[in-house]
Amino acid sequence: MKLLEFLSPPTQAAQRGGPADRIVMSSRVRLARNLAGFAFPGWAKKAERLRVCQLLRDAVERQPQMREGFAAALDDLSALDKQILVERHLISREHAAKGAGSAIVLSRDERLCVMINEEDHLRMQALLPGCQLKEAWQAIDELDTGLEQDLDYAFSHTLGYLTACPTNVGTGIRVSAMLHLPALVLDEQITQIIQAVNKLGLAVRGLYGEGTEALGNVFQVSNQRTLGESEAEIVERLSKVVAQIIEHEENARARLLENRPKMVLNHIGRAYGILANAHSVSSKEAINLLSLLRLGVDLGLLPDVRRSLVDELFMLAQPGHLQLRHAEKLSADERDILRADMLREALREVRRPLASPPTPPVDKPPAP
Amino acid sequence: MLCMLCQKKEARVHLSDVKNGKIKKVDLCEDCAKAKGVDDPTGFALADLLLGLGATEELAAGASADAEPACPNCGLTQSDFKKASRLGCPTCYETFAESLAGMLKGMHTGTRHVGKVPRGLKLGREVQERLQALQRSLEAAIAVENYEEAARLRDAIKQLRENPGAVVAG
Repeated sequence: MKLLEFLSPPTQAAQRGGPADRIVMSSRVRLARNLAGFAFPGWAKKAERLRVCQLLRDAVERQPQMREGFAAALDDLSALDKQILVERHLISREHAAKGAGSAIVLSRDERLCVMINEEDHLRMQALLPGCQLKEAWQAIDELDTGLEQDLDYAFSHTLGYLTACPTNVGTGIRVSAMLHLPALVLDEQITQIIQAVNKLGLAVRGLYGEGTEALGNVFQVSNQRTLGESEAEIVERLSKVVAQIIEHEENARARLLENRPKMVLNHIGRAYGILANAHSVSSKEAINLLSLLRLGVDLGLLPDVRRSLVDELFMLAQPGHLQLRHAEKLSADERDILRADMLREALREVRRPLASPPTPPVDKPPAP
Repeated sequence: MLCMLCQKKEARVHLSDVKNGKIKKVDLCEDCAKAKGVDDPTGFALADLLLGLGATEELAAGASADAEPACPNCGLTQSDFKKASRLGCPTCYETFAESLAGMLKGMHTGTRHVGKVPRGLKLGREVQERLQALQRSLEAAIAVENYEEAARLRDAIKQLRENPGAVVAG
């Protein structure tokens, strides 16, 4: 089966919801594992990489969670396929750059994705919508436990799971939550929050992880330390920090509406104005404006729009997904025009935002 | 001067700290400094913590040595590691244990793994610990001339060695 036939269409993918998804877009837990007796992928010779890749691909595909899943060698995927996988947060940009000797295996429900021969022999992740860090850990823990029956992992009783980069040694875990924090950005509190989170030994990154900018007010918060703390402790700590950030964001939204309603309305109104009327929009601009539209939806200013529509447009505005809708290869300028066309069309029936926040305010976090 | 982290951009953030009478310096580009949250001078103690300064010095010292040690399993040298910041194979953790120790201390919460252990190895560790406990009891029994108990313990050790799975399960 082709990747694009396997993946759920954007409309469907955008409808997956989860707890606290007005702020937590997704939860991810990734484990790094390596085989004993083989060089790490970055140092291994090609023949060894190919052998390890086949061995691991077979083992992963045998797992019950991967039944009816999708598996492919990276050199069998087109550049566009890889771009789509990156835009769906299923593989890293680093993995997308790999060719022969690397592979991916994706579960039918797209919740589990295993990268073979990325930086480590195995990088397996569970990606769930909304705030579900514990659930994501459980899901990937099960897959890992299944795999360890078949595989001889590189493990030391003192240092834990051995990884190519010493920053991942120990549990090999990275727990991360993708957060939409427009009010903290508008209220200029985000720098303080990021510094506070950094001081707890957690990293804050942009939309596509390491080294990427925070487009669309989307931030990824994740653990950096992997040695000396158990997986459960790391998940617990991150959950607590995420709960606090959610609270700060909710408070910032309420405070902004209370103290500076015109500033908020102005941003959302202008975002709507451009998205619904522009004839050329870059992906960066689109994502930043869609973030404000999403805030408008959360604040009840756009009664016609469901959040899933904004999330779908968020996906469709990205270069790979946009290219997908057109047979011929598009230049960047052509993409900007077609992106604007797509956005105008999607928002054709949507009435402009309300001129004042509804009363009672809908901006109350749902009861836990 | 290049940034110590990315080795690409010009270092513009220079931090230094005196600890145990030694001066430690970190030179970072603005992006890396921001990424590490050390652009705020009040948060400096963090730089030490995150970067494992001791390790950087040790690595530099190791790299300048004449005969460079290489990993016996994969051939990776200290300078290969310095260049790519990635190790070559699991054995590298033993080969470069000394210089890694300082680095790991700076990067992580602890220096010993806490958390999941692959099932096969967990059994191994439990059996090891059980064997050691039995061995100690046996020595104690012999010391007090309790030969009946010693015989029982000797049989238990023999049984555990021959069939570790069954004993632990039972």
